[in-house]
Amino acid sequence: MSTKNSVMVFIQQDDGQIAEVSVELLCKAKDLASRVHASVTGVLLGKDVRKSAESLIPYGVDELFIVEDDRLENYTPMPYTKIMVDIIKKIQPQIALYGATTTGRDLAPRITSNLKVGLTADCTDLQIGDYSSKGADYKNILYQIRPAFGGNIIATIVSPEKKPQMATVREGVMKLIEPDPSYKGKITAFKADLTDADFPSVIIERIKQEKTVNLKGAQVIVSGGIGVETKENFQLIIDLAHALGAEVGASRAAVDAGLIPKDHQVGQTGTTVRPKLYIACGISGSVQHRAGMDESARIIAINTDPEAPIFKIAHYGITGDLKDVIPKFIKAFKAKS
Amino acid sequence: MGLNLIVLVKQVPDTQNITGEAMKEDGTVNRAVLPAIFNPEDLHALEAALTLKDTIPGTQVHVITMGPPSAIQVLKESLYRGADSVALVSDRKFAGADTLATSYALKCAIEKIGNYDIIFCGRQAIDGDTAQVGPQTAEKLNLNQITCVSNIEKVDTEKRLILARRSIEGGYELVQAPLPVLLTITDEGYSPRPPSVIKVMTFKNASAEMSEEKYDESYIDSKVEQKSNQAINLWDINAINADPESCGLSGSPTKVKKIESVILVSADIRMVENSQDAISGMVHELIADHTLG
Repeated sequence: MSTKNSVMVFIQQDDGQIAEVSVELLCKAKDLASRVHASVTGVLLGKDVRKSAESLIPYGVDELFIVEDDRLENYTPMPYTKIMVDIIKKIQPQIALYGATTTGRDLAPRITSNLKVGLTADCTDLQIGDYSSKGADYKNILYQIRPAFGGNIIATIVSPEKKPQMATVREGVMKLIEPDPSYKGKITAFKADLTDADFPSVIIERIKQEKTVNLKGAQVIVSGGIGVETKENFQLIIDLAHALGAEVGASRAAVDAGLIPKDHQVGQTGTTVRPKLYIACGISGSVQHRAGMDESARIIAINTDPEAPIFKIAHYGITGDLKDVIPKFIKAFKAKS
Repeated sequence: MGLNLIVLVKQVPDTQNITGEAMKEDGTVNRAVLPAIFNPEDLHALEAALTLKDTIPGTQVHVITMGPPSAIQVLKESLYRGADSVALVSDRKFAGADTLATSYALKCAIEKIGNYDIIFCGRQAIDGDTAQVGPQTAEKLNLNQITCVSNIEKVDTEKRLILARRSIEGGYELVQAPLPVLLTITDEGYSPRPPSVIKVMTFKNASAEMSEEKYDESYIDSKVEQKSNQAINLWDINAINADPESCGLSGSPTKVKKIESVILVSADIRMVENSQDAISGMVHELIADHTLG
């Protein structure tokens, strides 16, 4: 299949590790590509990335373009923009996707500005459909769906006239599919024309802490909100999580109040999760929070306020004080298991 | 030697303190009830520029905003804090601009000022949260950028180098870059100063005839209503030499197809009594269907 008009994914690597969101996007690209009868392409830039590139083909990549250069080891905007613009001009994808990470949100706007094409930030869903405007009909257009206005509205954005249609997509919202080890795709080294003048920025130091909280991978999450009120009460949330073998989550309000560190935050500005069970304790359920957890298979809401919006999306609701409810919960689980 | 600094700011509806009234029944946003504020991270960007002005003699801070006439308020707020010059980029032809068309107009306005060492933006605006206009403007100026800057560690005016701390997932980078450069600033490292009382007295009546209390999408007519004023520069499409085709709706590749307000549909909720028996029953069910255990 020709790679022209493909669905393209920018594959992000950090210290040689492929970003999870890039794999999620390859899976989504496969789905979109089947709807518009196109191939899937990827672009991976960095130092010695061929091995990583090979590991991605099984996700259904038809052609993966790589540029290997020691100076591309860490992301900086100028050389990455230059290469991406050159590759897009050459292979002319109809759709180009980026993770809504610090890197993706730094890079994608520069590329669109150069190519004078549209870009939608932080999409939570992508679909294919038709669009009509002023007598013109467009078939198989990318619907770029994102929350806006602090999460109070969901907007569907289209860029019908210009190609590629570009979007950054939030981590954790696209489902992974099983890789197919026998998938046949090719890796093509792209010749980038780089001089030292293309590298104005120098990264002097890069400090990253290991992630200690794994909300995305958790099957069960016990989350606390501002209704938890104190650090002492938050210990109850942690106790319940320990008892259930669950991860500890939190709403933004709880994080802002200093009840728990930010890496526990679930929601629009935190992590998007879809566990088997989400237990929301003292969380009212603002749109921003719900955006990050409403796809949980089961939701239990524990809140003193029976009118709290969280009850609207919960499967089980308990009206009561969590100081009273959680010990009963722990006791019940210990007795049954 | 002093630096020439440009700060790009935006007036936004306050989406962080949204109430039920903010959404109309048809799902659109009722801007009339939302107070218009200085975009929070833009205030941090202004502070970053003013901090350099405080330490490097001869430094000038120019503030630009694009928006309707009411956006004058954020320019006055900038004057109150110590900006040297401010400009409102406003024209009916800019209406309906997406981030690409906005960045084009801002690029034209920046070129009107001409000489700059650092351009500052807030990391993102709270109405759209896109974080796109800064990088898009930098690309149009063929200018290097450092986004998500929490602090400027050092500016060497002799060697014309900047060292900035950039927030990344789970940590930070120290990035060194030559001037000129565009920075987007987060709300982590700076504490915006309050307005100076003396400056408020000086500028409070600046362009009073154009100020409006509420956020309003209407644009001034560039030919009829525009009045220049000593403190606040008013630039229309001709003043910044912009190509109308690249502005407003015609310069915007993205279109809004549909807006839906987030309405909660009650799930099949089962209320569980706050008693040991009822909670044990619920836990038993969850273990039975392999959700727990």
